[in-house]
Amino acid sequence: MALLEVEDLSVTFARRGQRAVHAVDGVSFSVDAGEVVGLVGESGCGKSVTSLAIMGLLPKQPGLRVGGKAVFDGTDLLQLDDRSRRDIRGRDIAMIFQDPLSSLNPVIPIGLQVTEVLTRHRGMKGEAAAKEAAALLDRVGIPDPKRRLKEYPHQLSGGMRQRALIAMAVACQPRLLIADEPTTALDVTIQAQILELLKELVRDSGTALLMITHDLGVVAGMVDTVNVLYGGRVVETARRRPLFRQPRHPYTVGLLGSVPRLDAGRGEKLNPIAGSVRDLLPWPDGCAFAPRCARRIDECVGEPPELVHAHDGRSYRCVNPEPLPGMVPAPREEETA
Amino acid sequence: MFRFIVRRLLQLIPTLFGLSLLLFIWLRRLPGGPETAILGERGTPEMRAAIRRNMGLDEPILVQYGRFVRRMIKLDLGTSTSTKRAVTTEFIERFPGTVELTITAMIIAIGIGIPLGYLAARRRGRFLDHASVGGSLIGICIPVFFLGYVLKAIFSENLHWFPSSGRQDPTLEATRVTNFFVLDGLMTREWDAAADALWHLVLPAIALASIPLAIIVRITRASVLEVLNEDFVRTAEAKGLTEQTVRRRHVLRNAMLPVATSIGLLAGGLLSGAVLTETVFAFSGIGAFVAEAIGQRDYPVLMGFILIIAVVYVLVNLLVDLSYSFIDPRVRVR
Repeated sequence: MALLEVEDLSVTFARRGQRAVHAVDGVSFSVDAGEVVGLVGESGCGKSVTSLAIMGLLPKQPGLRVGGKAVFDGTDLLQLDDRSRRDIRGRDIAMIFQDPLSSLNPVIPIGLQVTEVLTRHRGMKGEAAAKEAAALLDRVGIPDPKRRLKEYPHQLSGGMRQRALIAMAVACQPRLLIADEPTTALDVTIQAQILELLKELVRDSGTALLMITHDLGVVAGMVDTVNVLYGGRVVETARRRPLFRQPRHPYTVGLLGSVPRLDAGRGEKLNPIAGSVRDLLPWPDGCAFAPRCARRIDECVGEPPELVHAHDGRSYRCVNPEPLPGMVPAPREEETA
Repeated sequence: MFRFIVRRLLQLIPTLFGLSLLLFIWLRRLPGGPETAILGERGTPEMRAAIRRNMGLDEPILVQYGRFVRRMIKLDLGTSTSTKRAVTTEFIERFPGTVELTITAMIIAIGIGIPLGYLAARRRGRFLDHASVGGSLIGICIPVFFLGYVLKAIFSENLHWFPSSGRQDPTLEATRVTNFFVLDGLMTREWDAAADALWHLVLPAIALASIPLAIIVRITRASVLEVLNEDFVRTAEAKGLTEQTVRRRHVLRNAMLPVATSIGLLAGGLLSGAVLTETVFAFSGIGAFVAEAIGQRDYPVLMGFILIIAVVYVLVNLLVDLSYSFIDPRVRVR
């Protein structure tokens, strides 16, 4: 059984007098124990909202509706009361955020921000907690951890701050770590270090990792399974290699085409996807990606495309997918069979 | 830290010097002059000249200023033209009352304002929020003296819960040590005297606290709302910390920064507000005394008052800056 099973998750923001926004519109995916799963998509596709909904961290506001299920180890996180949710957060599921500076409290020392997790979930106090915190900082590669414990976030570099946040997240050896664009705010060289660190931590501890990113480079380096999100729904799910080798959904094809490559020929242009996420067809009226899609056919509009489960364990939500090489175009019947 | 305090205290000297100059010029240039205050409109020119000579007003302005500064350094603020006593003596007697009043008002304003502002932010858009925002608007709009009279009419003249005027019941014959009546009562163990002085403080302090309370409620509310949206609060929530820890350690502490600044700015305004409040409640602090001095054109008293306000203002803001360094490590002073 999967460690985390997200089923038909939907998040709707309704405002009085305005049309409701379906930020997440029926997302389903699963994360197995120890697995690294990617949630990939452009800004606004609902990937961050998905992770916040799983954690129960969406800002409480009138008009917010969360539907579906997020079953973690047998319990539906969305049905839990506030107290049990707080027990799980930080202990069983931990999270790393995008901007390490704003994600750390500027007025209290790093040490307390690490030990407070230890105190809350592992009952550690005083000297023992401080010692464990120093060990954690050391483990995430922060030099001179004893001194760093007394320092404040503004005294640390960006990479160190993200390392400190990671230390807080892994303090209780969670079974699932959710990383929401953990490298976006960092320099390229630091990005590589942080990804390497995450990879190492996941490998050593057997923690499952849900990696949320818009950066396919991040995905290529470490993810086992990739879920591509568009318009609040998963449009393609595949293991990493098949996805990169033969993307089926035109959106995935577009995403891969917009990545600059060093091995591209001289003068070869990038192929950005036309339009923006705002040119969105509501899912009930057809494929949300249809307005921007290069492979659009008449069937794309009218009814929402079903998820097609292909024989190799991958699935995509498209009526006119990119053909596999050496295959007669029109693979639909063959694969749904 | 110590060097910072010393440096800030040294900065007080040029501030005071500049202020003394401004005050001196301003007061001397006002129409009427002290001789009119003493004699009224009917004094003969000879009598006026005699008084001017007596007070040294006929000498060159620079000489007058030099003497003024010299006396000020010796803490000699001159003699009140209306009470004929040394201004310093008058202030030593009355200033503690005003300090007691403003501190009590500040305790009320902070003690109610911060929790109320916090709750309003947490219950945003609900009844308590609307009530406190609306109430604070009323608090800012109502003049202090009007509120004073209303409080007096209701709580002392009708309900007889609180005394209507004065600082203490004179029949208690309390011992005076520092002229801080509450403190005196505690020091001499005259508990009834301390309680009575405190009782006399309640109504004027509430009247005086109304405006700072309203401002603190609003600033706290806005500041908490802002901090609640900060990423680090989300991080704290993601750690699974209890709501109480998130609130105390992560929200309130960060939300206190703008509140601390405003408290420093409000403290100066409180001293001016005390002029009206003390007059309404016949509270014999410096405010009531100054209100009289304004009517009497009692220049030495006015000058002393303005100087004291300036010093208090600088000192309070020094305290605020110091409190900053405890709240926010990013502005830590060295």
